[in-house]
Amino acid sequence: MILRRPLFWLILVLAALFVWLPLRSNNVALREDLILVAVAIILTSNLNLMIGYTGYVNFGHIVFYGLGGYVGVYLMTVRSWHLIPAALTSGVVVSLLALLFGLGILRLRGAYFALATIGVLVAVQAFVSNFESWGRSTGMYVSFESYAPLGGPKHALWTTYYLIIAIMALSLLLSLGIKLSKFGLGLFAIREDEDAAIVLGVNATVFKAIIYSVSAFLPAVAGSLMFFKNGMIDPSIAFEYMLSLEGIVMLMLGGQGTVAGAALGAGLYERLRSYLLTSPRLSEFHLVIAGALLLLVVRFAPGGVIGWLYRLLPRSHEVIE
Amino acid sequence: MTALLEVRGVTKHFGGLLAVADVSFTLNEGEILGLIGPNGAGKTTLFNLVNGVYKSDTGTITFAGKDITGRSPDQVVHLGLARTHQIVRPLNNMSLLENVTVGACFGRDYQSIRPARVTALDVLKRVGLADRANSPASSLTLAGKKRLEVARALAAKPKLLLLDEVLAGLNPTEIALMISLVRSIRDSGVSVFMIEHVMQAIMNLSDRIVVLNLGRKIAEAPPAEVVKNSDVVEAYLGFPDIVDKLRGAQPQ
Repeated sequence: MILRRPLFWLILVLAALFVWLPLRSNNVALREDLILVAVAIILTSNLNLMIGYTGYVNFGHIVFYGLGGYVGVYLMTVRSWHLIPAALTSGVVVSLLALLFGLGILRLRGAYFALATIGVLVAVQAFVSNFESWGRSTGMYVSFESYAPLGGPKHALWTTYYLIIAIMALSLLLSLGIKLSKFGLGLFAIREDEDAAIVLGVNATVFKAIIYSVSAFLPAVAGSLMFFKNGMIDPSIAFEYMLSLEGIVMLMLGGQGTVAGAALGAGLYERLRSYLLTSPRLSEFHLVIAGALLLLVVRFAPGGVIGWLYRLLPRSHEVIE
Repeated sequence: MTALLEVRGVTKHFGGLLAVADVSFTLNEGEILGLIGPNGAGKTTLFNLVNGVYKSDTGTITFAGKDITGRSPDQVVHLGLARTHQIVRPLNNMSLLENVTVGACFGRDYQSIRPARVTALDVLKRVGLADRANSPASSLTLAGKKRLEVARALAAKPKLLLLDEVLAGLNPTEIALMISLVRSIRDSGVSVFMIEHVMQAIMNLSDRIVVLNLGRKIAEAPPAEVVKNSDVVEAYLGFPDIVDKLRGAQPQ
């Protein structure tokens, strides 16, 4: 039972903290910091479903976030939809698209799959950059009226924040739920040895397509919310390659295949990045540091922070999954 | 006796290489059928055709009254046909219990995860690995990994178990253990189809033996007759004085 897992409650406590901390002092700056951490956790923990659980490296994970943003902003601005239905619809649309992509590229394995995911990212960005209805390379602006149903921009920003925190908690709970399920066991078997898994009865084709599609849903919803909050979207910010790579760094840093590792890696790396980006001397160096970090983790601590913790305290396995 | 597995005229080419040529045979319910032949005779390819890893070029395969020709391995397992691998394929970073639970979850009964764990633990006890249930599969010796292969396949609750050289690389004590395990599997009502190079074992275990050479079936008979078959002796061993050696391995 998921309710008996300590991590289930820890996730809820984390979400409650994220809500309470900025609300307590009406601290907008803290809220803006935390929303970036929350988005990093959403992206990393859904990426973990592919890399950590199934063993398929997705270099183009950010495509789900960007496409979600586009679908959401389009529905809100051009079709005048309310934020919440627009965000949910964007999740559904992007998941279905992912299912379609997945059935095509998931026939590939290993490095070939990884290359194909880069292809998906480049192709989608090129398509969107030339798509008339989505404003080509200039993108779209969120119309001011879109904020009205949420009680004006100020209120809308807080609402968006709470929704993002909810999506963060859902992402982590989804990871935990899948990890404890039969479906998750099948994914882990695929990660370890896909052919052996098939011989044991796992329908790998269906499992991979489902998880690829599932890993698209919450990032797409988060993309909708975030680009609504930002007020605009264009192809270069929606499909930022670097964010895709940094997601992998975060996951490896925290510990791939673990629920807590994805959250921890995302939190640590996001704070480090914010610090570097805002420090006058180091602002150009954050990617250098990201690269060095990835090398060090892969070389010396392939299990990331959580893997290291497991070795230090073997019993921590029972609490942190 | 009713036929459980019927293979009719199955052929498989790999490019210009004829790996399995027009092979037909029947496996009856409750029997242990041996499959022998020199290296490269097409034994493992035949297994791969039966459980759907490869699609046969021609012919039909019928299992438990259903035509399974061209079905994928995961569908075949659901019908009750499980197998082990000659080169062991443990899910290394998962515990033994998880390895076997995969077998139970996605096997014939498609169990949900908790009953599957119970099944898995039972099977681990049966193969003598229960005390290591929570160790990672990578920590096992070769003999342990071979038993894990058998355990995973058994957890699927098969009607027919394909065993691909489960004795290869084991020492005499381990071989004796594995032989009694195979017997107990058959006695529990599971039919067995096994490839083996350890002659003494296969001669003792099998009710009947199919012999392959260069992809063709050259004999199908009880062990006592197979060792006397001149085609088999010639194809298998190539020189005549080895006949006496084989006679030594004949069941009494």
